[in-house]
Amino acid sequence: MTSLTSQVINLFASVLLLIAFAMLSQRRIVTLINLFALQGLALVGSTVTVAWATGQHHLYWSAGITFVLKVVALPLILHRLIRRLNVKWDIETLINIPTMMLVGIVLVVFAFNLALPISEFSNSIARGTLGIALACVLMAFLMMITRSKAVPQVIGFLAMENGLFFAATSATYGMPMVVELGIALDVLVGMIILGVFMFQIREQFDSLDIHHLEKLKED
Amino acid sequence: MNLEGLLAQLLAMAVALAGGPLLAGWVNQCRAWLQGRRAPPLLMPFRMLHKLFWKESVVAHDASPIFRITPYIVFGCMLLASLIIPTLSTDLPMAPAADAIALVGLFGIARLFISLAAMDIGTAFGTMGARREMLVGFLAEPAFLMVLFTASLISSSTSLATTVSTLAHREFAILPSLAFAGIAFTMVSLAENARVPVDNPATHLELTMIHEALVLEYSGRHLALIEWAATLKLFAYSCAGLAIFFPWGIAEARDHAALLWALPVLAVKLAIGGFTLALIETILAKMRIFRVPEFLATAFLLGVLALLVHLLLGA
Repeated sequence: MTSLTSQVINLFASVLLLIAFAMLSQRRIVTLINLFALQGLALVGSTVTVAWATGQHHLYWSAGITFVLKVVALPLILHRLIRRLNVKWDIETLINIPTMMLVGIVLVVFAFNLALPISEFSNSIARGTLGIALACVLMAFLMMITRSKAVPQVIGFLAMENGLFFAATSATYGMPMVVELGIALDVLVGMIILGVFMFQIREQFDSLDIHHLEKLKED
Repeated sequence: MNLEGLLAQLLAMAVALAGGPLLAGWVNQCRAWLQGRRAPPLLMPFRMLHKLFWKESVVAHDASPIFRITPYIVFGCMLLASLIIPTLSTDLPMAPAADAIALVGLFGIARLFISLAAMDIGTAFGTMGARREMLVGFLAEPAFLMVLFTASLISSSTSLATTVSTLAHREFAILPSLAFAGIAFTMVSLAENARVPVDNPATHLELTMIHEALVLEYSGRHLALIEWAATLKLFAYSCAGLAIFFPWGIAEARDHAALLWALPVLAVKLAIGGFTLALIETILAKMRIFRVPEFLATAFLLGVLALLVHLLLGA
């Protein structure tokens, strides 16, 4: 039974990695948000599996919070946001997509190598997936670096939080409840603030391209 | 080499020679049904080959010997490729002769010669087709190798027969790496067999075609051989995919009953696979040629991910 559950966890981890790559190569913002919701769903699946396999009841709670927040609430907010900002397309990635995928592969190799010695200290059921969690975090970073518009950068930030959360679940069976609630609230509030911020950027510059922010003074 | 192995090998060859055109006919039939047209008969490719074999073969004045020998080389490569892929049984005398890497090499030789022959005549379309074919080929080959390496790592052997018998005998396990490799393999086979998202096999619009532009100058028995080789290639790819990802029902060494049983199983698997191919071709639209590198980069990415996931998770 343990081998089957660890296989299921591995499957969810691989799906997370695949979605991270799909997000990296996605041009449309609407699809990007849907992929983000899907990533949240895979995260919920793996958390529930870990909780069921190890009998850690607090993980059910954190899976519930993840579901409400990352699969339902945040994608809804983001969809509303892009409808009101009237942006559907984000064609301008700074480097072209095949190159980005190759960089992504290099990041995955790096993350796997980095995580291998660390995961040997852990005795959790899903310790092998730490490398994948790290790779997800790094790829979310890459996405934030290579997108020039504000909305995909915010989604990259949220995806990074997904990766961190997955790392916590796979290495140490999750963080204490207080910390998790704090992070959940942080992400939600951060999202709302960033939403307001995006409206401000657009009002100021008539565009969501954050390169305009490099000008500090009005001349 | 024992007699049974030889018989199994001869049977595999006969199945490949007959099965290639049949599979092509079946895919065309399914596609016609899905698109609401009246379907051509299942044996249409055979009639086509019969007609072409009896026609005169016209060769341009400036053609070099490369142009004349290419159909035979291409046909030979494809036949050899379909012989080393375990279609019915894993006990093949030819199997030790070539492993998975040599299989990719065989497809590479065929591609090289058909591109040379297309440029040999000196028409603009042939050269354009050759360049596009090379673009697709050099991007598809590494992705295909990654898929084969993943299967080889799981079974720790690059020999296709060993790989398939190992995969058929392992106990049930969810292998995400094989799932990724399967998707990558599907994408590579679509590109390599000139199927819809990359190339349209039914097109005669010069600006969009790849495979058809290559063989534009061929006629008569040369064209028949090349068309037959194309169906053999489709058959070889389908059988390789089925053998690696759905290895059930392939006979072992010295198992006559299983060998007889393997034939209907293969037919059912190919029928389902052909229908899936027709479905993919109906749903998707042909993409721009400049999108092809992105498509194949995705396939390569999936292949590498499969490899890495297998190395990290051991699954």
